[in-house]
Amino acid sequence: MKKYLLPAVILLICSFSLASGQTYSEAYKNNIYNPGMLKPVESRLKVRIGQKAPDFSLPSLSGKKISLHQYLGKKNVVLSFVPAAWTPVCSDQWPGYNIVKDIFDRHDAVLLGITVDNIPTLFAWTNQMGKLWFPVLSDFWPHGKVADEYGILRSDGMAERALFVIDKKGIIRYIDVHDINKRPSLEVLVHELQKISE
Amino acid sequence: MKKAIGIGVLFALVFFVGQGPLWAKTRAPQENSILPDFQLPIPADAADRQYLGLQGNGLFKMHQIKAKAVIIEIFSMYCPYCQREAPNINKLYERIKSERALKGQIKIIGVGAGNSPFEVDIFKKKYQVPFPLFPDNNFTIHKCLGETRTPYFFVVAPGPGESQKVVYSKLGGIKDLDAFLQTIRRRAGIR
Repeated sequence: MKKYLLPAVILLICSFSLASGQTYSEAYKNNIYNPGMLKPVESRLKVRIGQKAPDFSLPSLSGKKISLHQYLGKKNVVLSFVPAAWTPVCSDQWPGYNIVKDIFDRHDAVLLGITVDNIPTLFAWTNQMGKLWFPVLSDFWPHGKVADEYGILRSDGMAERALFVIDKKGIIRYIDVHDINKRPSLEVLVHELQKISE
Repeated sequence: MKKAIGIGVLFALVFFVGQGPLWAKTRAPQENSILPDFQLPIPADAADRQYLGLQGNGLFKMHQIKAKAVIIEIFSMYCPYCQREAPNINKLYERIKSERALKGQIKIIGVGAGNSPFEVDIFKKKYQVPFPLFPDNNFTIHKCLGETRTPYFFVVAPGPGESQKVVYSKLGGIKDLDAFLQTIRRRAGIR
């Protein structure tokens, strides 16, 4: 029995630290639903680096439809899919991007934030973040169609937490299907933007 | 068989206790309690070192900061409330600096929960934060201080020995700087 004690204690410490490690802003008061720890990734990518990014046209919060092809030849594009509004990690991801517009501008890039939530939900949720400089798109109907085309629609109907960097020719240059429970590093994304704008 | 049951029980215990933070309400250290012990790196920036009254490199503890009270802001670069609150805390810093009775007596530091040095640096530059900010990439300090939401403000004052007594512990922004300063002056015994 004794010989199992040490591994058990180590596992205890590790599982404790895995279960922790997130924060969220008081801006959302008590309105954040915590789904607990989820399977990090549970879909299979349908696109790869070097291929043309599947085009899409989605409604945005502003009321306009935004299409990927409208940036062809003009801007690099970062697609930031987040799983769901009103959840812990998602609520503290885009507000960080919101204060680094200058970095996106420097690399001639736009950011498109996408979730599978509907427009009214996205409206209420993103209002807590302050005024966002980037378009927020709804992949609600047909549900998760764009997420599915990219191969990041989970079996529960949420999207993965994923980043795609697409260059001005419409070619996918970087993919990060991230652990859904964790926020991707901003530093890595900035580095990828630097690479394509060099 | 006995052994197998024992192992099973042990791992079940590990699993359920290990999931603690998912349901347990973690609590930040409350007023009049002793601040849990943690260490931060001595800032590389000379102005930050001078502000805190620290020398050399390595790690330091709260009691080593040269002050009668230290305001600790738990923030995140990703937190919209912290972003909105940043100019107000800068004002607080300026108020402390401009009042003869407070200058050098009260210091402010920020801890970026889950933020890398790169992310903390973005926040510092964006809001021109004049006081030292420390990255807490792995949430080590955040966990130690009760996994609070952000922004959260602690004020600590010297306690017995090397300990620090929590004299203020509150979630959310500081609405009235005058009232806040009066409160912490009284509680930290700053005349």
